[in-house]
Amino acid sequence: MANHQQAAFEQQPMWAGGRSPFNVSYGKLMMWLFLLSDAFTFSSLLVQYGAQRFSNVQSPIVTNWPDPAAIFNHFPFMHGLHLPLLFVSVMTFILILSSVTMVLAVEAGHRKSKKEVVRYMIYTIIGGAMFLGCQAWEWSVFIGEGATLYGNQFGITEAGQKVFGALGFGDHFEWQPEYRTAGPVPFAALFFIVTGFHGFHVFSGVIINVVVTIMAARGVFERRGHYEMIEKAGLYWHFVDLVWVFVFTFFYLI
Amino acid sequence: MSTAALHTDHHHGHDHHEHKESFISKYVFSMDHKMISKQFLITGIVMGIIGLVMSLLFRMQLAWPDEKFGIMEMLLGKWAQDGKLDPNFYMGLVTIHGTIMVFYVLTAGLSGTFSNLLIPLQVGARDMASPFMNMLSYWFFFLSSAVLLISVGVETGPASAGWTVYPPLSALEKAMPGSGLGMTLWLVAIVLFIVSALLGGINYISTVLNMRTKGMSMNRMPLTIWAFFFTAVLGLLSFPVLLGAGLFLIFDRSFGTSFYLSDIYLEGVGAMENIGGSPVLYQHLFWFLGHPEVYIILMPALGITSEVISTNARKPIFGYTAMVISLMGISFLSFIVWGHHMFITGMNPFLGSVFMILTLIIAVPSAVKVFNYLTTLWKGNLRFTPAMLFSIGLVSFFISGGLTGIYLGNAALDIQLHDSYFVVAHFHLVMGSSAIFGMFAGIYHWFPRMYGRMLNNTLGQFHFWITFITAYLVFFPMHFMGLAGVPRRYYMFTLVKEFDVWMDVNKMMTIAAIVGGAAQLLFLWNFFYSIFRGKKSEQNPWQSNTLEWSAPVEHLHGNWPGAIPEVYRGPYEYSRPDREDDYFPQYVPDESDNAGTGGDGHGSAPKRKSTKKEEVAENVMFAAIKRVFGWS
Repeated sequence: MANHQQAAFEQQPMWAGGRSPFNVSYGKLMMWLFLLSDAFTFSSLLVQYGAQRFSNVQSPIVTNWPDPAAIFNHFPFMHGLHLPLLFVSVMTFILILSSVTMVLAVEAGHRKSKKEVVRYMIYTIIGGAMFLGCQAWEWSVFIGEGATLYGNQFGITEAGQKVFGALGFGDHFEWQPEYRTAGPVPFAALFFIVTGFHGFHVFSGVIINVVVTIMAARGVFERRGHYEMIEKAGLYWHFVDLVWVFVFTFFYLI
Repeated sequence: MSTAALHTDHHHGHDHHEHKESFISKYVFSMDHKMISKQFLITGIVMGIIGLVMSLLFRMQLAWPDEKFGIMEMLLGKWAQDGKLDPNFYMGLVTIHGTIMVFYVLTAGLSGTFSNLLIPLQVGARDMASPFMNMLSYWFFFLSSAVLLISVGVETGPASAGWTVYPPLSALEKAMPGSGLGMTLWLVAIVLFIVSALLGGINYISTVLNMRTKGMSMNRMPLTIWAFFFTAVLGLLSFPVLLGAGLFLIFDRSFGTSFYLSDIYLEGVGAMENIGGSPVLYQHLFWFLGHPEVYIILMPALGITSEVISTNARKPIFGYTAMVISLMGISFLSFIVWGHHMFITGMNPFLGSVFMILTLIIAVPSAVKVFNYLTTLWKGNLRFTPAMLFSIGLVSFFISGGLTGIYLGNAALDIQLHDSYFVVAHFHLVMGSSAIFGMFAGIYHWFPRMYGRMLNNTLGQFHFWITFITAYLVFFPMHFMGLAGVPRRYYMFTLVKEFDVWMDVNKMMTIAAIVGGAAQLLFLWNFFYSIFRGKKSEQNPWQSNTLEWSAPVEHLHGNWPGAIPEVYRGPYEYSRPDREDDYFPQYVPDESDNAGTGGDGHGSAPKRKSTKKEEVAENVMFAAIKRVFGWS
């Protein structure tokens, strides 16, 4: 009887009602809709970034926007070396790895293997926490160098440019005050708000992951018969990861 | 005959929630969509009263600028010493009136109420997809309303930068009294509101997509559901952008950034340390929400009108598919026309003409809707219930206000008309009055469904006629004032001798506004009296086709006592010639075959023979088309 009903259900046209047209639960649909909406929030932030940046262009070619490679060139325990974007690459790699472990957790959920779900979720949480720690370090160094919400001392003078241009990866390097000058005001503020907003998303993602991991460990999903909650948390986590790719590109690469 | 369709086998297992509910879980933190819709409605009505009283106060100031009113001092205290309204507070009133009406009454009050009430009932679901999120949505809205009302009472006054809160007035805490704490609270209220709209919108969309009952294909959904669906999509995609703008504004105000502040000079000296930002950027972001917001307000009203007009004309809605496509077109276009609010803020003229063309294209789907309403009315068996009258009123306002939209959409004309009373007239007619008329239509039509009792018909008729006439008397003369150059948001015009000629018109408009406001007392009396003492409603008081009337009059958690009814046809099968009744509910199976699924929902009815007159009309139409396109 049940099989018969199931077969009848699957024969129903997709959109004729009585079933989900996408074969997803409402919860997963809601998560997708929320992510769509959140994508617009991030787009609005990045659009503002673009608008502010391009309104500070002096000519079509010359811009006095600070060069990220000249600012984010620190690495823990390697003081004084010029290592442009190395640290942020490590951060990004950690976040992407945590997405991989999330995929493994979701896959384990499909196999209903509680032990593996919990294990991979713990890896994911560790990855997220490491990313947040890295971000905290990055921020504190940036602030230590004088970054504020209302000013910007990260423009490079001609003298600075000359020294900076001659540097290779890993060269010893010490900033002198005469290398730097005032640059476009919103530079650091945009950095803090947008990466901060993303960091807030990572933070809430870690919280969500902790909660669903505890639920999984206690066998809630086992009793429920499916691990869809892990999938929903996974959707959010991958989205946060994807957004970072854009934030990273905008703030560090171009 | 209609009850036969309800599969009333009770042992068809589903949870009934028969357990006793406490007062708190039933009336306060309720998760039942019907109760939540009532909560939205009552909050919306309270906010509406506040917004209305505010408008009366500043209309009195405009009509009698030198007069002193005891009532003002009574209501506003220190802001109207000796009964004389303070200019700063005048700006505050205008701002909060706009905010309340746009967001709290016509967004949450309208789409919150009717999406919640009708989506589960009309698509045949036990409740919203997530009742818990639905409850959160209401309580965020409630918190937001509370914060906004508190902001009116703070020492320095409420936000006063207009409902669009443009910087620098909104970004500098010392720009004017209302830019202080009042503005901060305004932003907090709006952020809470966005959270509420997001929770609601996600819920509405997933309910419509996922929870339709068997047989309720997308093209059998009532047009109300289509309208709520697109409204929710608009809200989902446009409110986050306002959130982004609000975030940057909060940073500008409180943390010293200058995203929206460029160099400000006072007497040739740079007055501020903030440099490098751009207030125009804020305007772009605001209107990226602001324009879809107009349709978030209007579309639920249009959906309600479609349903009410078709039911009360006892005719199928003319052009169901065209109605859906035009809603879709309006939704899409609304995202790419925001620049028409900014023609004079400084924009590349080429970009201006792009926005202009796109704006004028919106006239096409809007006209499709208007003509479909008119053709639905044409030769119908019209029943002038209050709901029907308000719906026809909506069509009237939509035409008269929409036509001036074509004027304002022209960049060249807009340079003259911008920020004048012409704009005030336009949006009060096309989105203010018509949306509020749609809301009234919805309340009169679905009151029996909400409270199980009927509203008084006579009071409803009086309410309609007085409101309709006074709304035109208030807003129509504003066109002429605007054309003559009278600017909006001015405290008084006595210093400009050229505007003296408008004093009498201003007085007339204010009197009309007061009469119209008083007419709402009729409605309030009718509404609150009927909740408790109104005539008991029948099962299906309007002989309507849609699914919500198959549910019992007494509210149940879960909507239907037995299984959810199935749907066999489209929602607008009125006056089918092969039927004895002039309606054929969606949930009644065909006698001939029980094929509930498949079919497009409109095809099962035998084709109605066209009358002689219609044939003539068709021939004339075809001849005209041939002439226009040069076919022979």
